Amino acid sequence: MSFLLTATAATPAVGAVVTAAVPAGRRTAAKWTALVFSLATLVLAGTALGRFDPDGDRYQLTESHTWIKEFGVRYELGVDGIAVALISLTALLIPFVIAAGWNDADPPSSPAGGKTPAGAETTSRWRPTQGFFALILMVEAMVVMSFAATDVFLFYIFFEAMLIPMYFLIGGFGDRAGGHDEAEAAKQRSYAAVKFLLYNLLGGLVMLAAVVGLYAVTADQLGTGTFSLQEILAAREAGRLDISDNGEKALFLGFFFAFAIKAPLWPLHTWLPNAMGESTAPVAVLITAVVDKVGTFAMLRWCLQLFPEASDWATPVILVLAAISILYGALLAVGQRDIKRLIAYASISHFGFIILGIFAMTSQGQNGATLYMVNHGISTAALMLVAGFLISRRGSRLIADFGGVQKVAPVLAGTFLVGGLATLSLPGLAPFVSEFLVLVGTFSRYKALGVVATVGIVFGALYVLLLYQRTMTGPVKAEVEGMPDLKAREIAVVAPLIALLLFLGVYPKPVLNVIDPAVGHTLSDVNKTDPKPDIDLDAVHKQRKADHGAEGAEGGHAEAAGTEAAGTESGAETHGGDK
Amino acid sequence: MENLIGVLVGAPLLGALILLVGGRALDRLGHWLGIVFATTSFAVGCVLFADMVGKDAEERALHDHLFSWVPVEGFQADVAFQLDQLSMTFVLLITGVGTLIHFYSVGYMEHDERRRRFFGYLNLFLAAMLVLVLADNYLLLYVGWEGVGLASYLLIGFWQHKPSAATAAKKAFLVNRVGDVGLSIAIMLMFTTFGTFAFSEVLPDAGSASEGQLTAIGLMLLLAACGKSAQVPLQSWLGDAMEGPTPVSALIHAATMVTAGVYLITRSGEIFNGAPAAQTAVVTVGAVTLVFGAIVGCAKDDIKKALAGSTMSQIGYMIMAAGLGPIGYVFAIMHLVTHGFFKAGLFLGAGSVMHGMNDEVDMRKYGGLRKYMPITFVTFGLGYLAIIGFPGLSGFFSKDKIIEAAFAKGGTEGWILGSVALLGAAITAFYMTRVMLLTFFGEKRWAGAPDPQTTPDVEPADGHPAVGAAPHPHESPLSMTVPMILLAFGSVFAGLLFTVNDTFLNWLEPVTHHEHGDSPISAGVVTGCTVTAMVVGVTIAWLMYGRSPVPAVAPRGSLLTRAARRDLLQDDFNHVAFVQTGSYLTRGLVYLDHKVVDGMANGTAAFIGGVSSRMRRLQNGYARSYAVSMFGGTAVLVAATLLMRAVA
Repeated sequence: MSFLLTATAATPAVGAVVTAAVPAGRRTAAKWTALVFSLATLVLAGTALGRFDPDGDRYQLTESHTWIKEFGVRYELGVDGIAVALISLTALLIPFVIAAGWNDADPPSSPAGGKTPAGAETTSRWRPTQGFFALILMVEAMVVMSFAATDVFLFYIFFEAMLIPMYFLIGGFGDRAGGHDEAEAAKQRSYAAVKFLLYNLLGGLVMLAAVVGLYAVTADQLGTGTFSLQEILAAREAGRLDISDNGEKALFLGFFFAFAIKAPLWPLHTWLPNAMGESTAPVAVLITAVVDKVGTFAMLRWCLQLFPEASDWATPVILVLAAISILYGALLAVGQRDIKRLIAYASISHFGFIILGIFAMTSQGQNGATLYMVNHGISTAALMLVAGFLISRRGSRLIADFGGVQKVAPVLAGTFLVGGLATLSLPGLAPFVSEFLVLVGTFSRYKALGVVATVGIVFGALYVLLLYQRTMTGPVKAEVEGMPDLKAREIAVVAPLIALLLFLGVYPKPVLNVIDPAVGHTLSDVNKTDPKPDIDLDAVHKQRKADHGAEGAEGGHAEAAGTEAAGTESGAETHGGDK
Repeated sequence: MENLIGVLVGAPLLGALILLVGGRALDRLGHWLGIVFATTSFAVGCVLFADMVGKDAEERALHDHLFSWVPVEGFQADVAFQLDQLSMTFVLLITGVGTLIHFYSVGYMEHDERRRRFFGYLNLFLAAMLVLVLADNYLLLYVGWEGVGLASYLLIGFWQHKPSAATAAKKAFLVNRVGDVGLSIAIMLMFTTFGTFAFSEVLPDAGSASEGQLTAIGLMLLLAACGKSAQVPLQSWLGDAMEGPTPVSALIHAATMVTAGVYLITRSGEIFNGAPAAQTAVVTVGAVTLVFGAIVGCAKDDIKKALAGSTMSQIGYMIMAAGLGPIGYVFAIMHLVTHGFFKAGLFLGAGSVMHGMNDEVDMRKYGGLRKYMPITFVTFGLGYLAIIGFPGLSGFFSKDKIIEAAFAKGGTEGWILGSVALLGAAITAFYMTRVMLLTFFGEKRWAGAPDPQTTPDVEPADGHPAVGAAPHPHESPLSMTVPMILLAFGSVFAGLLFTVNDTFLNWLEPVTHHEHGDSPISAGVVTGCTVTAMVVGVTIAWLMYGRSPVPAVAPRGSLLTRAARRDLLQDDFNHVAFVQTGSYLTRGLVYLDHKVVDGMANGTAAFIGGVSSRMRRLQNGYARSYAVSMFGGTAVLVAATLLMRAVA
């Protein structure tokens, strides 16, 4: 038994406590503490990834302890390829989030504009810098636990508990709104935070009912109730557990509802633009690139594995909602006037792709969806963090307040463009591979849906290029004049993300190798096999060889080509006749 | 030898990386670095070509598997290159013309402070274009396909401070994306039909698929080709793309990238051969575009836009030829190569004229320039003779073959296509003569004071003397004229070289499997008609622009002329159909999302638990009560499970 997963989750938790304990005056020390702990977590997650054998057991690095014996709650951890990839992504992104938000939570050094910000009183009580970084680490710990838990109850606790630090991160820390009304901003922030909390709590409560229901069913059929994924799967395999049709559907919906809010899926998405718009850029990255991934991940791990038949039953509706999300999110992104809200709607579109890939139930779709989660994390981080740097320079999130930035800050503009190109899934950058896999995986089972989703790539280009054109090109606006280019710390944040986008665009194989077997397991859980191509090329090759031998292909090349063409025609005819 | 293919692609890619990441430290040397990488690529191309020529025709194709790119259960995409005769032809065209244009740009972009970046983008373009033509499967081709789109976007919008350039760049990318949807779907269709999208798997056995399947794939490939090659109905971006620096127009928007659609169709010949309906669509698109582009070319006073119309039209010829099937593929590629020479030469000539005329692009403000720019005049003149198909020059051979093949298609279709191609030849002769006369002959319409009214249209470009100063037409520096001279050689001799002994036809035979079509009229008659059409076009143009003086301000013109000046209303149509509709749609959705979707959710929440009052409390800072209530929820769970156990 290994303790690696526990250690990976515990390190940021300990880090959170230590960071929070740093004295109020030692802000820099708190920042470094947080960064060091997040890097230590990255090392541990990297070790877990390294120790994970893609061709080995389905769940590895498992830990299992009795926790609350009376209710069958166990402390069970374990990762498959999907989970280990997402834990690595989380651990990878947090140091960037911390470094990008380095100065975001510092108390205003001098009352800007002579007016004391409304939150000043709270901030002094809160030791904002320490609190900010401690909360980020807390979220990391809980997200890692959600990915690693293989006990439904254990998962539920962390799935819900991460709302608390997230609530404070959204509500407590906003952009420095230079020149804007601080009180109004604080009100908006507060609204966004409450909206985030209420939406997700609602999902959590519905899921709670389903969790209880699942316990009741297992208790009823197995004698002792259990939350353990392994036990439930084993029992179903052995035929000892057979959830009734309607029961399974109800339980599935309870779980899925919570995950669809978190993911978020249309029409449950409206909390995301508020939350991402009002929070600082690093927190927005935390929401969309890390926390929301728990939602889509949970669909793969919990919905499909626990309720395969109900998943199949719900697939058509979910696919349509996902396709709507893709187009709707993209079109709304086009219509946004606020940079961060634009990126939020773009993320809604991307989550549509992820969910589409999951429920297409093909190897390509689910591999693509999982890889999409990883790539979207990196690409959104790159785009959003640069956007944050841009916004902090101007003190405004409005697209119309920018113009001609590329002239004064070419490096900033260049990195922003690369982040944008990744967001529109340009081939050569990582998201292209995952998006194409999702599309092809969807298309091979649902042609019309595949085509509709493919149209989304045009809108994707539209919102990215509009954003770039309006902010970066054209004559230099007076307020933009003299805007400094990226600083060393900022380049250190963005450059590795861009390098990673390039690397995974050209060589995604290492990640796919880890994911692919896990996807195979998941698909066999739901009893799905990939659609076969219409034409079995191997058979065609054999046939041709046989024909070739019979004819004695000693004729000239031109002749051979001629006969081939003739064969082609007749072949086409027979096929045409079949139809 | 195979390993050299990697160098071919890698050199310009490395160049792009160094130049774009290198920063200001490389500003002084950047352009020379760019040239070194481009020339390296060309040299490697020549070595590979020499090696290829030394082998037997059937053994010439090289294959270089680099690594497995996207390996997923049931899905396999590799980064692997295939160098056969078709790819080789493109490699030489791309790296050869590309290198010349690198040299030309040294002079042309001399005063631009961002010259290093310009060369970085040019190198990026070369790399992407080489990936496009060397890929051994459609997905990798897609990488090159969008890669050239990116380079094109960056270069059209190179002068980003101009809103018109930024808009044109965005438009080009978006219209191309529409085409890319076609390529995506085509690849997906191949995957569902054959389980693979590698050339070596799909193409030889394309015939085993049904005609319906092949037609669907073919039509999607055609959509892709329309986007990249600016064919109707996705042609609208090419005219605007002239916002880019002129060397870019020459390399990307005339000689190489825009011909990628022709490559795609020719490469996928086996698919189109089995899908007559798709072929009909291809020839229709080609025929319509060749007339469309030619008419637009007649009406434009902007020299680059006139040439852009011409490019559209000439690619229409190539697409049409490719749509004819095995009787046309080889001629499509042959015209592509000769067009690459003469059109690049014409654009460079136009750039040279602009260079000497304070970046004036309005031909009505030129006139009589032949005395001031003799080299430009001669090279441009040779390109002009080549494109109108003057007997003996390259365009004559390649266009004549296409027209012949169009007639050979047979039936009514053959007659229609042949006649349209002849009509196109006449219009080509007309508008090119018009360009020639307006620019180099007649009175000097630029002398003295240029019209201040035109300043908004003038390209501020590369740090030349302030707009409005009187131009002093002068010949361009050697770095610009030498590439023009070399391209003029190609314009003159390429056609003859290719046609003698059917050299080009035999060279491509293993790829295109050429078939001789039976034309209802003899080759001699076709040639006679072509030459007649050309003479008619030239004569009309001379009557209109050569004999009588040209007004410096364009007359109002007929309805057709006015429509053609507005690109036959394509943008007006797009504006109404897509831009306006789209903007209403997005605004409507934004409203809907805020009022209905969000409103409903909030309303429901308020309804369920009188939450709104509690929301106010939360906003007052009692958030922790919610944290407590959540753990309360957990407590409920525990209680519930306890109860359950008690009951059970």
